[in-house]
Amino acid sequence: MGRNKLDINHRLDYLSILDENGVAVPSLEPDIDEELHLKMYRFMLLGRLFDERMLALQRQGRIGTFPPISGQEAAQIGSVALLKKSDWFVPSFRETAAELMRGRSMENVLLYYNGYNEGTIIPPDQKDLPMSVPVASQILHAVGIGWAAGYRNSGEVVMTFFGDGATSEGDFHEGLNCASVYNTPVVFICQNNQWAISVPIARQTHSTTLVQKALAYDMAGIQVDGNDILAVYSATREAVERARRGDGPTLIECVTYRVMMHTTADDPKKYRSQDEVESWRARDPLTRYRTYLLNKSILTPEKQERLEREINDQIEKAVATAELKMKDLGDPLDMFDHLYQSLSPELQEQKKNLATYLETAHPVTGGEDHG
Amino acid sequence: MARMTMVEALNLALRQEMERDDSVILLGQDIGLDGGVFRVTDKLIEQFGDSRVVDTPLAEASIIGMAVGMAVHGLRPVCEIQFSGFAYENFHQLENHAARMRWRTRGRLTVPMVMRAPYGGGVRALEHHAESREAYWAHTPGLKVVVPSGPRNARALLASAIRDPDPVIFYEAKALYRAFREEVPETEELIPLGVSQVARPGKDLTIISYGAMLRHAIEAAEELSNQDRIEAEVIDLLTLSPLDDTLMARSIEKTGRCVVVHEAPRSYGPAAEISARIMEKSFYYLEAPIERVTGYDIIIPYFSREKHYIPHSGRIVHAARKCLNI
Repeated sequence: MGRNKLDINHRLDYLSILDENGVAVPSLEPDIDEELHLKMYRFMLLGRLFDERMLALQRQGRIGTFPPISGQEAAQIGSVALLKKSDWFVPSFRETAAELMRGRSMENVLLYYNGYNEGTIIPPDQKDLPMSVPVASQILHAVGIGWAAGYRNSGEVVMTFFGDGATSEGDFHEGLNCASVYNTPVVFICQNNQWAISVPIARQTHSTTLVQKALAYDMAGIQVDGNDILAVYSATREAVERARRGDGPTLIECVTYRVMMHTTADDPKKYRSQDEVESWRARDPLTRYRTYLLNKSILTPEKQERLEREINDQIEKAVATAELKMKDLGDPLDMFDHLYQSLSPELQEQKKNLATYLETAHPVTGGEDHG
Repeated sequence: MARMTMVEALNLALRQEMERDDSVILLGQDIGLDGGVFRVTDKLIEQFGDSRVVDTPLAEASIIGMAVGMAVHGLRPVCEIQFSGFAYENFHQLENHAARMRWRTRGRLTVPMVMRAPYGGGVRALEHHAESREAYWAHTPGLKVVVPSGPRNARALLASAIRDPDPVIFYEAKALYRAFREEVPETEELIPLGVSQVARPGKDLTIISYGAMLRHAIEAAEELSNQDRIEAEVIDLLTLSPLDDTLMARSIEKTGRCVVVHEAPRSYGPAAEISARIMEKSFYYLEAPIERVTGYDIIIPYFSREKHYIPHSGRIVHAARKCLNI
């Protein structure tokens, strides 16, 4: 009887290893070999350069609306680098860098942002879900996949991505709840980039942090400097190991910043100051990691230059391939495919009607925008 | 053959499909020890354990959202939503994901799952426990919608739904759960989805219905036969999406007159689509306008007044006579 303190585990850490000048706390430096360092750096750089190229393409009218990822490369690459090929990756819609590291081709990304369904094709050996646009809804899929992995005793780990806005959605809370109830091997990566379009984190939640939401579900949680790839990597490694051991899910809050617009259809000048953006640019994850690698002599100015050239060539090749491919993807009748395993008689008729109409009244020109 | 209620027949289908395939997993609220609030999953937990008969937190989006992930992984989840009036909580998971995953991934990832949910009035239930909103699901590309009308076809359709490669909404009329018994064979019986059946042959008029309304349609047909010497053909749709319009067209080419009956609200309801299909396929055979006997465009009233909302044989006979110019 009486009024006593409840015994609830409320230990949450904040982890930061690499400072803004690219200097690491030696005792916390994760054990990463040179090859992996260079691989992670390559995909961070690719994420950034591809973003910049896509922005240019969008401004030229060569692709449609897309959500840039710049500033969030460390949060994406430092986490996804921990997944094995046999693990599952369940993205939201602002994970281009992570998707590329998982093996999605740039051609597919370009096809997708040009409005072709073919852009979401997942390679047959890849256990990844396609981008999910409705905010937070994919979180429950990750939990279901984790449940199935447990049922099949497959040893697979599931990693799902979402932003700060997603933590206001019911599916986020339901997902964390179920993941804990069923002890599923899921790693929840929250990229807290401070803005959900125009709504800042302070108006998204009254909580001091997002990671504290893990406490309500008795789930392991850690907040990290999301622009510090070493911190993201270390925290994610712990979480993936925990999941693999069967010790349950983890919520990782990566504190980062969306330095670009929400999508190319958005103008952030309407709702946030340039000073704020500049203060975050000073904490740029790519620059920080580059300095660290240069200091360690894992990267050299020559290697950096060569890498940048290689990546730019790769991007140009992808743009050319995608633009060529689009010329062959004009058949509108394809839109009836893949809704069901087999087309119902009614759908067959609708497809036939369109075919007849196109033949008689509106010949297909292929690959062009009829709008 | 045993004489079973619809509840027992559905239980048989679940048990046999779970025995047949270990990827069939049941998910829902109170489906374990409690056996579901209508007892459809009664005792299944004893045979299959709590790893296959999974009581979930009280969260409909969790049930369907997790089922999407499970299905993507290769399982065949069969979800029970306790009452279809609560399925709006999971609407987005079906509309945004279950219905689209195959399409979105060009056939690479599929969602072979079933959402079972009791629907409809007639059991003196509270608000949110009596509505018929099957049109929502039938309007969603990528879903299939099945509504059985009795124990035997419920069992055969549920088995087909579980084996189907695409997501299926399986609406169970709660008014039918224990309304009557039918012989249900122990041996495998399947009814293909998307195929309707003639429930009563006739030549003068076609009555099209499904689910709980089918019995009222047949009762009306008997009354017309006895009192007016009119032989109505009754079609049991069984599947609303994809809709089988071949059988109804064949019937109307013979009868020239049609009454469509459902419990769902009238405007934009299934009868509207059925009428349009008949116009497209059989316009020149029609001898009178198509009659609709449906729920009204209101919320189904609390149960003291629900008998005036839910169609019954009296209203069907009335509409049939109008259609026949009697």
